[in-house]
Amino acid sequence: MPELTYAEAARIAIAEEMRRDPDVWALGEDLGRGGVFGQYAGLAEEFGPERICDTPISEASIMGASVGAAMVGTRPIVEMRFSDFALCAVDELVNQAAKARYMFGGQARVPMVIREPIGIWRSSAAQHSQSLEAWYTHIPGLVVVAPATPADNKGLLKSAIRCDDPVVYMEHKNLWGLAGEVPEGDERTIPLGAARVERAGTDVTVVSWSRMVQTCARAAATLEEEGISPEVIDLRTLWPWDRERVMESVARTGRLLVVHEAVAVGGFGAEVAATVAEELGAPVRRLGAPRIPIAYAPPLEDQARVTDEMIAAAVREMA
Amino acid sequence: MTAGRNLDTDRFFAHYATMQRIRAFERAAIRAAREGLATGAIHASIGQEAVAAGVCGNLVRSDLLLSNHRGHGHTLAKGADAGAMMRELFGREGGVCGGKGGSMHIADFGVGMLGANGVVGANILIAAGAAHGVHMRRSRSADDRVVVCIFGDGAVNRGPFLEGLNWAAVYRLPVLFVCEDNGFAATTRTEALTAGPGPKARAESLGLVAAEVDGNDIVAVDALARDFIAAARAGEPRFIHAKTWRLEGHTAADKGAYREAAEVEARWADDPVARCEALLEQAGVESRRLAGARDAAVREMEAVFDEARAADWPAVERAFEDVLDTTAARNAAD
Repeated sequence: MPELTYAEAARIAIAEEMRRDPDVWALGEDLGRGGVFGQYAGLAEEFGPERICDTPISEASIMGASVGAAMVGTRPIVEMRFSDFALCAVDELVNQAAKARYMFGGQARVPMVIREPIGIWRSSAAQHSQSLEAWYTHIPGLVVVAPATPADNKGLLKSAIRCDDPVVYMEHKNLWGLAGEVPEGDERTIPLGAARVERAGTDVTVVSWSRMVQTCARAAATLEEEGISPEVIDLRTLWPWDRERVMESVARTGRLLVVHEAVAVGGFGAEVAATVAEELGAPVRRLGAPRIPIAYAPPLEDQARVTDEMIAAAVREMA
Repeated sequence: MTAGRNLDTDRFFAHYATMQRIRAFERAAIRAAREGLATGAIHASIGQEAVAAGVCGNLVRSDLLLSNHRGHGHTLAKGADAGAMMRELFGREGGVCGGKGGSMHIADFGVGMLGANGVVGANILIAAGAAHGVHMRRSRSADDRVVVCIFGDGAVNRGPFLEGLNWAAVYRLPVLFVCEDNGFAATTRTEALTAGPGPKARAESLGLVAAEVDGNDIVAVDALARDFIAAARAGEPRFIHAKTWRLEGHTAADKGAYREAAEVEARWADDPVARCEALLEQAGVESRRLAGARDAAVREMEAVFDEARAADWPAVERAFEDVLDTTAARNAAD
């Protein structure tokens, strides 16, 4: 299996899907030059400027035009550059893309993938660092995906492109350079809505997604040395989320910790924890960022981070 | 108004019949709201029928249309079934959107009507994108569809107006934008809150060929729409500023206390339906034939009103359909 970075895996997924379906195209700022993170490198050379479409800095138009283009049968990949910038296009996503099928009584389909890079990325401050995935899980009509590994970033992105629902696809900016084994082949897709066990364990179920999966795995390795065995589940898709996998795990371990980089208040961890508490009555805890904007200065920025030490400490208290 | 014996009476009789059908539909819709049968807001387009008939009358069925919250007239003129539309307003089974959209989200994809929109100006971007999709597919197949987007004067003060017109011009998309200016942004006079020389100048500043037209003059609207739709079809986006006037309230519940009765009365003298009727009479169309078209429209809409009232509610299970296909599923390979 070849080793690829998270960014390369996504680029290959797009190239494969664009070769197999002429209706797939991508649009966003600076895509012709490979995208701000290089995640579209080389695609304009292969597919041309119509299908790797450079756009003005008009987020509402990038999103809104994609809704119209999807309605007439194309399959746009919408690059928002930062999830923070996608807030300029919330009407187009929430009121239009997510609602069109329903409010027109099933007449419309809006197959689009909205790439919204999330996460803290050193000294990018309050408008380039947010993790806003919970907002979109709240909106009926959207699928929300947050891959944690290079292999998942290929397989899940391919599934998202093939999906007829609008998919908010949130890659973590700090993972672009993460390398890992990625299966080759056009049909190596990963189903949306299926979680993955990052690390099997018996004592505490730790549910996470995106970059925090790596942090949880590091904490779990430390805890194993202390004789505590956490099971780390990477949710991968936040909506619809794999309740069955989580419930099965918590039924065995008897306790749940949810960890995410997003602000803890109103985060998706609250939904997972509440669902587990309602269904199993198991003790639950959440770890997320304090309710502060993300600062610029490294020591201040670090106050918004969830660390492996914090995760390990929480698990120790629960175990 | 251009009048006289040279008028293509068949063409304008067809527009006249469309305008009468819109007027009768809107009257029935207002009645439905006042009788509590249409449970949501009804934004009627009485007084604006010439824009709908003149623009949409120049489209073919496969062409695409995006409309705004005041979209019944556009939708009818694009060929949607009045019965299915009225059932939608009533929220009943057999409504064109299954009772899930109502008046503000009226749509009939079967006739290329891709939806009215409850958010002012949002349709501009969707229209630009539909045209972008058509444009992309042209390289692979002979797709000569044009997209028409009709929005109100209030929309010119929203960001999507700038972004969408720029987008259409930059990518040279097959789209015609029509600003149907009825004088009011909800219940406020648009001119009071709109700076600069107006929508046409704004469109021209973005490189679009644009024109103003008396939106109550069916002959002028028809001629301009015909020219501009042909240009747009060829990849030259166009912009029309059609000046008309909303003769009824913002919604069926709005009594319009913010305008004088004398002003409304004066505006009724410029009623586009009456103007079209006078024009056809002048051109030699028998008044009996004109009255026949009006009466037929009224009878048709009374019938669809009665049918809608008699229709069932949608099955409650429908509330849970058409949300998402994606379901949580265990990864078989995992």
